[in-house]
Amino acid sequence: MADFLMYLKAFLVGGAICVIGQGLIMYTRLTSARVLVLFVVSGVFLTAIGVYKPLVDFAGAGATVPLTGFGYTLAMGAADAVYRYGFFGAFTGGITNAAAGITCAILFGLINALLFKPKAK
Amino acid sequence: MGLIGRRTFLFENDVSIVSRASIAGPKEGKGPLGAAFDMVMDDDLLGQKSWEMAESEMLRRTVELCMRKAKKQTSDIGALLSGDLNAQIISSGFAARSLGVPFFGLYGACSTMAQSMIAGAALVDGGYLENAVCAASSHFCTAERQFRSPLELGCQRPPSAQWTVTAAGAVMLMKAEGEYIRVTHGTVGRVIDMKIKDANHMGAAMAPAVMDTLIAHFEDTGRDFRDYGRIITGDLGIYGRKLLIELLKDRGINADEEKLMDAGAEMFYKEQDAHAGGSGCGCVASVLAGKVLDDMEKNAYERALVLGSGAMLSLLSSQQGESIPSVSYAAALEGGSGNG
Amino acid sequence: MDAKRYSKLVKEITPGSPKLSGFFRAFWVGGFISMIGQGFNQIGALIGLSYQELPMFTSSLLVLIAAFLTGIGVYDKIGKYAGAGSIVPITGFANSVVSPAMEFRREGLVMGVGARLFFLAGPVLAYGISASVVYGIIYYVLEVAGIWG
Repeated sequence: MADFLMYLKAFLVGGAICVIGQGLIMYTRLTSARVLVLFVVSGVFLTAIGVYKPLVDFAGAGATVPLTGFGYTLAMGAADAVYRYGFFGAFTGGITNAAAGITCAILFGLINALLFKPKAK
Repeated sequence: MGLIGRRTFLFENDVSIVSRASIAGPKEGKGPLGAAFDMVMDDDLLGQKSWEMAESEMLRRTVELCMRKAKKQTSDIGALLSGDLNAQIISSGFAARSLGVPFFGLYGACSTMAQSMIAGAALVDGGYLENAVCAASSHFCTAERQFRSPLELGCQRPPSAQWTVTAAGAVMLMKAEGEYIRVTHGTVGRVIDMKIKDANHMGAAMAPAVMDTLIAHFEDTGRDFRDYGRIITGDLGIYGRKLLIELLKDRGINADEEKLMDAGAEMFYKEQDAHAGGSGCGCVASVLAGKVLDDMEKNAYERALVLGSGAMLSLLSSQQGESIPSVSYAAALEGGSGNG
Repeated sequence: MDAKRYSKLVKEITPGSPKLSGFFRAFWVGGFISMIGQGFNQIGALIGLSYQELPMFTSSLLVLIAAFLTGIGVYDKIGKYAGAGSIVPITGFANSVVSPAMEFRREGLVMGVGARLFFLAGPVLAYGISASVVYGIIYYVLEVAGIWG
């Protein structure tokens, strides 16, 4: 039951965050690149002011899978590294914590570029 | 021969369309005008290594087909006048490289076909060339990667967006008497800018330029809607066409909507998900070399005005926040059977 | 007609994107992708991954799947349907890395694939990382250096 509830919360929160993105695209004609940038930076900001951590605790993947969650990962990493290693943690923590996602994207990007060709639409 | 009015050329020496050819991509072939193209490509690459070379090859084949239909060799060709949407018009330049004919590279974005016909007709009418092949091409995949986003990027298009047509069209102009369709007038456009910035709404950017050239054409020639069986715009799309009608109304001209045909709006079925319709140099070029001249040869109408319109923006100007300047050229065609 | 009146006319004539269905699609697809993420979280926990490892496990798997779907030409169809529903999740980030890399394969491995890989992801990383550094410094000043006590 607890599991089911967690899935439901992930669905609702993840969906709601995407709806905000959709609204931005439709009403402001933001390009997808701008939406992505905005969401990551917002994620860092919301984590910094202490709003996003409770949302992650509440909705799990519903809050970490959208790109605001990527911002959360960066921000948590930075804070954590500062706590452990001091000032220079601010420079290493963010990207360290997000390294898995970034590296995977780069690696799979390279592999896919060699394996597949884009198709005409 | 000469200039009439402010900016309309009059071609009096029977500048005739002696041959024409069009090749279109698979998606366009499945559209309402599919049967009017000479050839529909099986795939978008035509056995080439890149989309750019595929577009160039498509254009080369179209020009070659146009020459073959007129029973001409490359050594008989006065000049090829051609353009496309790629930076430095590489499709045209590369096609001209393999054809080895004298070449004028033109750029008028989607107005290129009308532009090249006017320039070609002037050169033939003036006696500088015995014949001229006027052509234009566009390819969805080359335009998309240059102006918009990678093909595999998952994003939505707004309803006002147009779909760049994969097609090429060519006509051969030559002084000839007989049952040919002739190019009788050409009106040169001004670059008009009504401060539209939305690169996903080219029709809105171009409609004022089309209106400007259409009114100039009417004023210079003393003609109006009644004198034409069809006025073919290319390519305003569905909403740009509506805007043109409104703009004309504002200037006191009631457009005869049945005569006003937009090449882009006709290119695809609604289910083909091309939103506001087709666009690109190859759109009006292939519709002209296919459907329009087919109809005129069948005497569906005697006179037609082809109004190509082009948005003269680049990715840089758009990123720099500049609005979209547009230009439109009008070429008047007349059937061989009538005498004006 | 002046530019101002024309721009009003353009707005009148141009239809907006279908709003309700747009939101609905973004909602359920975005929610569904998040649910898959939740599923990976659970699998990760079952195979005994630590609290720190879980997000890495989940994001890597999601990125892998999205990269593959991009490669075989499916992700752009999802994107056309779902809009932000498939742009905003981390899978959309993966799509934004893989699609330009594929697109520019013909321009060579270094300046084509290598450079264009970051065509859309570059701005995300640039601003995301910079924001995290700013936050880290503020955090240092406030918490560690003890201004807050």
